[in-house]
Amino acid sequence: MTVAAATAVGTASRPTRPPSRRLRRWLATAGSAGLGILLLIWWGLPIYNMLLIAIDPTGSTEFAGYIWPPAPTLEAFDTVLFQSYWYLRNFWHQFGNSIYIGAATMVLTVVISSLASFALGRMRLSRGWIISNAALLMYTVPAYFLIIPYFRLMHSYGLMDSLWAIVAIDVTFAAPYALLILQWYGRLLPIELDEAARIDGASPLQVYSQIYLPLMAPALAAIGTYALLVSWNEYLYQFLLLNSPGKKTVAIAIAEFFENDDSPWNLMVAAGLVYSLPPIVTFFALRRYIASGLTMGAVKG
Amino acid sequence: MSSTQGVLSISSRPRRPGGRWSHWARHLHGSEYAWAIAFAVPYAAVLLVFGVYPIVYGLWTASDPALYAQLFASDDYIDAVVTTLIYVGVGVNIDMFLALLLSGYFMRKEWWVKALLVISIVPWALPAQVAFISWHWMLIYPGFIDSLSWHIFGVDGPDWFHNYWTALGSMIIAYSWKNVPFWTLIMLAGRMAIPQDLYEAAEIDGASGFRRFVHLVVPLLGNVYLVCTLLATVWMLGDFNTPDMVTSGAPDGLTDVLATMGADLLLEKGNPELGLATVVSALPVLIPIGVLLTRRLQLREVQL
Repeated sequence: MTVAAATAVGTASRPTRPPSRRLRRWLATAGSAGLGILLLIWWGLPIYNMLLIAIDPTGSTEFAGYIWPPAPTLEAFDTVLFQSYWYLRNFWHQFGNSIYIGAATMVLTVVISSLASFALGRMRLSRGWIISNAALLMYTVPAYFLIIPYFRLMHSYGLMDSLWAIVAIDVTFAAPYALLILQWYGRLLPIELDEAARIDGASPLQVYSQIYLPLMAPALAAIGTYALLVSWNEYLYQFLLLNSPGKKTVAIAIAEFFENDDSPWNLMVAAGLVYSLPPIVTFFALRRYIASGLTMGAVKG
Repeated sequence: MSSTQGVLSISSRPRRPGGRWSHWARHLHGSEYAWAIAFAVPYAAVLLVFGVYPIVYGLWTASDPALYAQLFASDDYIDAVVTTLIYVGVGVNIDMFLALLLSGYFMRKEWWVKALLVISIVPWALPAQVAFISWHWMLIYPGFIDSLSWHIFGVDGPDWFHNYWTALGSMIIAYSWKNVPFWTLIMLAGRMAIPQDLYEAAEIDGASGFRRFVHLVVPLLGNVYLVCTLLATVWMLGDFNTPDMVTSGAPDGLTDVLATMGADLLLEKGNPELGLATVVSALPVLIPIGVLLTRRLQLREVQL
């Protein structure tokens, strides 16, 4: 929009004359602000819609033509936080399970893929391309292709109704992309660093832990957050593979509201909003690292 | 490309003809070789046990040709293929084009642009389940969009899920709401890698914004754009969450895509083999993309 406005003005009058340049700059700023407001509304609307349902005492007025509930209340959040509703009586336990899966996925993805990227990218393991290509194969397989294979294999692996089954699946899907980002980013670090350390007598493990890991911090933060988001976005496998009450996660609890047509939707949305916090908080905490992690990686793209 | 290479080599040392890893590669023996193997084993093991083996198992389960004869004879399947093609074909192109334009917008220096970039990540970080349930309720009739259009324009909003095209459109819109911020971030990173002096040189030569876009951004960002398009295509082909939660197949199961149809056969209709075959039938599209993606990414390795 701004580009179009700027070009239109630019061709209409000569760009060298000061008044037209000032006008052009003013138009560009106004266009930029206007577009900013539009984008804010666009990205905010579904979130506003959720808040609307959560602060409505019945959880159904938004289907009755209101754009602001007549008697807003934070009761739903209170019910969620103190587990005072039947569907939510184990909310914090389920929240703990979700955190457990998310944190384990995050840590394992970072450890496994950084070790592999070090072996492939820095130590140049011969025939490492087999692993790289097998990882690329994982991209081309839609996650839900594996529903039945996982369902049957988890039985034989003895991982049925285990949080580790979910962790294993999430790591499998997060790790290939993580390896790609790490390999892009790793190419920016001069190999001379490794060589110097080796001449000084450092073992590969020391080079990995004392040179490679600290220098890769931004990329590691980026892939860690990505892994957390993968596990937080996934719910079908949790739904399929976790059965016993003690193993349930928040994603399953939210889905359970749909078993009943007149469930208290305000409570469900409030639980969903609380559930949304960990990835958002993680993202903002690691924001600076992630930005540079992605930036440097894409120099290669 | 040669100009970026020139500038990039300032940050890293000029390349030796043998490639930058040639030193360790030649001397990798004895205990170092063992270390390298040990480093790669955890990843390879996870990939083998939870990736390759389940894939092979799935392919083997769905290997009976009779399954495909049954699929191709079914109208539901043909509908799902058409819907998937439109969903992915239109969706990916809209998302990539929007991300390209938005990444240009986010290059601006105003404070609200920077604040907005931070805010734009919230949809991406929001759990898919929560986000798409909200989209469903927002679009349902009478829902929030309907109320809003009544309050602002005094007319009833459209009944999104009652018509095939608006239902399909709502899936594409909801998907792009959640995913465009991610692609914007990647393309923004790509744009920031274009050296500022190139822009300045173009400006001194009198190139307008449009010409700078055509002659600078397009050639230098082309590869990022292509790789993103390929990745986005694969991810969107496998997307189950959006169709499942935004429309749930409404109207009358018409907006089912291959992923939801497969899951439905698997979980509801008790026909896992046919469900797997549904997803396997997308392989003729997925394999060329996979090959192209592999080659593109390896090309990078050679070029930089």
